[in-house]
Amino acid sequence: MAEPLIYELSRAGCPPFPLPDPDVPLSELPQGLTREDLPLPELPESEVVRHFVRLSQLNYAVDIGFYPLGSCTMKYNPKINEDAARLPGFAFTHPLQDPETVQGNLLLMYELQEWLKEIGGFAGVSLQPAAGAHGELTGILIIRAYHLHRGDKQRTKILIPDSAHGTNPATTSMAGFTMVKLPSDERGNVDLESLRAECDDTVAGLMLTNPNTLGLFEEHLQEVIDLVHGCGGLVYGDGANLNALLGVVRPGDLGFDVLHYNLHKTFSTPHGGGGPGSGPVGVCERLVDFLPGPIAAKVEEGDDEMPPLFGLIMPAKSIGRVKAFQGHFGVIVRAYTYIRMQGAAGLRAVADHAVLNANYLRVRLHDTYHVPYDRICMHEFVAEGRWDDAPQVRALDIAKRLMDYGFHPPTNYFPLIVHEALMIEPTETETKETLDAFARAMLKIAEEARRDPELLKSAPHETPFGRVDEVRAAKQLILRYQPESQG
Amino acid sequence: MAFIPHTEEDRRAMLAAIGVERIEELYQAVPQEVRFPELDLPEPLSEMEAAQELQALAEANVDTQHFACFLGAGAYRHFIPSVVDHVLRRSEFYTAYTPYQPEISQGTLQAAFEFQSLMCDLTGMEVSNASHYDGATALAEAVIMAMAHHRGKRTRFVLSPAINPQYRQVVRTYMQGRDVQLVGDDDLDNDGKSLTELVDENTALVAVQYPDFFGRIEDFSLLGEAAHAAGALFAVVVNPLALGLLKPPAEFGADIVVGEAQPLGIPLSYGGPYLGIFTTRKQYVRKMAGRIIGQTMDNRGQRAFVTTLTPREQHIRRERATSNICTNQGLMTLAATTYLALMGKQGLRKVAELCYHKAHYAAQSINALDGYELWNQGPFFHEFVVKCPRPVAEINDYLLEYEILGGYDLGRDYPGLENHMLLAVTEANSRDEIDDLIQALEEVARG
Repeated sequence: MAEPLIYELSRAGCPPFPLPDPDVPLSELPQGLTREDLPLPELPESEVVRHFVRLSQLNYAVDIGFYPLGSCTMKYNPKINEDAARLPGFAFTHPLQDPETVQGNLLLMYELQEWLKEIGGFAGVSLQPAAGAHGELTGILIIRAYHLHRGDKQRTKILIPDSAHGTNPATTSMAGFTMVKLPSDERGNVDLESLRAECDDTVAGLMLTNPNTLGLFEEHLQEVIDLVHGCGGLVYGDGANLNALLGVVRPGDLGFDVLHYNLHKTFSTPHGGGGPGSGPVGVCERLVDFLPGPIAAKVEEGDDEMPPLFGLIMPAKSIGRVKAFQGHFGVIVRAYTYIRMQGAAGLRAVADHAVLNANYLRVRLHDTYHVPYDRICMHEFVAEGRWDDAPQVRALDIAKRLMDYGFHPPTNYFPLIVHEALMIEPTETETKETLDAFARAMLKIAEEARRDPELLKSAPHETPFGRVDEVRAAKQLILRYQPESQG
Repeated sequence: MAFIPHTEEDRRAMLAAIGVERIEELYQAVPQEVRFPELDLPEPLSEMEAAQELQALAEANVDTQHFACFLGAGAYRHFIPSVVDHVLRRSEFYTAYTPYQPEISQGTLQAAFEFQSLMCDLTGMEVSNASHYDGATALAEAVIMAMAHHRGKRTRFVLSPAINPQYRQVVRTYMQGRDVQLVGDDDLDNDGKSLTELVDENTALVAVQYPDFFGRIEDFSLLGEAAHAAGALFAVVVNPLALGLLKPPAEFGADIVVGEAQPLGIPLSYGGPYLGIFTTRKQYVRKMAGRIIGQTMDNRGQRAFVTTLTPREQHIRRERATSNICTNQGLMTLAATTYLALMGKQGLRKVAELCYHKAHYAAQSINALDGYELWNQGPFFHEFVVKCPRPVAEINDYLLEYEILGGYDLGRDYPGLENHMLLAVTEANSRDEIDDLIQALEEVARG
């Protein structure tokens, strides 16, 4: 059932939301600068609440069921995170308060920086970037600043494997670099020969997602990193897939120079229907001075009587601010809470069970769905959503049919190097029963694909909305409520 | 092992299905010499203990619920109706991902479409995206859009010195390494009139803030005309709450309106997450970065919404995309949408007027004190600058004793404005708080 737009529920003259009357003398409003009309809707509180609750019921979410969206790490979001971020002492602090009045915030930020350093094996962390892609841009700007600071001006290329996230190439352009695409070999690794051919003194760096978007740990990682370092380049790690590595291996120990963390993937902060995320950046020793800021720092050591004093500092050769203020503090509080409850053993168990769940699903499905790089995977794997004996059926149809069975579909059509890709990331918070139920649905869909392909082509059937016409949206370009439009 | 549901029996059965004996065997590809590091992290806490620790950290802060707050400078303490957080706490909203599958994401999609509509209504612009990270990155994206609009051929960007200094810093971070000149913001005296003289044939964009960083409001029609005459785009950074009262920037020729929507129902939360808005004219919609939601139909004939114009975006256009943004501020747009729906036509105007009247009462009263002088000339909204008889930091230390968070020290960003304090007054400041501030300022001036 479609829900009317908030504008369509509006009734002119509806009594307004109660606000106090002015308790000060009134001043004259500025002449010629006030607006004549404010075309906002008018609704009573009860109708506003119902509207948004009804809208919420049109969504699928982690709190409803299994959400194996590859590369997105849709794990359960602990409820205490939400309560912690809303504590008045956090939620009601102003970002420009004197540091002495926000020691709780600064200690929390400092601790999280320290923990992320330890988890990633890095020498410095900035919490400022707002999301993963923002952390990527930050990382590449750091690489750029590092080379320029050394007077190394001819480095214009960033190498990117063809399995990379789409953000990587766009980030490269934003930072003013040229991208060079590297092919994958037959086992899903970076092709070493192609890499060797590109490594020269124009390489600023390599952007590497590891485990890669096939869910595979690079088998020649050391050689890849050594080749790039050998020609004077730096190695950037896309931390979107860090969930598989917690307590298993530290990217810094592997030789990565810079990495972004996705607090909204690995560290259980919710995705919010498309943000807010948080994309802190960790760097090795030689890049510490280039981090964006401000970052939290211990500005005075404590002693027996006084606790240490925390403040905000700008690193010496910082690339500058990447956003206003200190970062997505509300998200930072949630991630702090999560790591505080996990400890080292808990984080290791997260990786173990994420990898266990992914491999279990892989073997449950790989006889029915072709897995092109079928070896032990990390936290996710990629299957093909197509069969020679069901030629009409595409990955999209499988995805839509999964909704009828009560599951969110996997990521489809990514990575681009697999035809009709279904990228499946179960995460560690799912039970074996859930994985079994999902596998059963997938096997049943594979049968349906042969028996009654139309059932898939016309799916979903059980959801509040049927298949949505994207072409029409792009053609008619209705991007806002228009009273006269009947849609 | 918090939040992991497996039993020992589950693990055994799953490992057997995979064909290995131990979980450790799944990590053969990880170089052995660095495998399984001992992480030096504090021992884990139970939920009960974690809640206590977080509570203690939060209570180590001074917060604006217990202290009167006159600090603004880009983040504002406003009243947030209960409804807003009750909507945000619907886990159907906050535990969903980006709406990749529209059939099961209509809640998120429709709310975002409503957000876009509301932003267009407030700014007077024709199209809005579904958000940027914050006001600062939205301005940086406006600069990139202007660059792309001129295909990189124009390299001059005129910025008002009265744009939030942090926003200008972010623009410079984004632009490092590009062959561009950012001019105009090095002279505090540059206003709408004198900025027109800096606009030339090489100018890609002219950007101002409204109300500006000092709270002032000015009709920028002439500057907009000058920008257009030179073929440049004209961008305005706004506080959308002020647009409940003020003339929308579309009326003085804005091509791009960006801003920070934190005042619309989003808590201060020590600086984030907030909400960057980005609106423009329809003719530039394909150059606008970020997600856009469009109206369409489903195959059952129902009106539906979907992410549209995706060929502009990073996952399709890859290295030819102008921005890499994907995850944005989804849940924050829901906060602003709920806030605006609840406040509505009359409520938003009233909030804006309350801010205006209270700020003017405070400004006039402080201006009447010995030793203090209102620096602003002309109209202002809910922020103003006061020249103080002593360094701002000293005054603020004194105010703290009175449980007052004083204004922003402008000397931090503007060498010419030492001893000048930027004060913000909103509907959340009672007259008693304002009177306490005035009294404390009077005392501190007497030394």
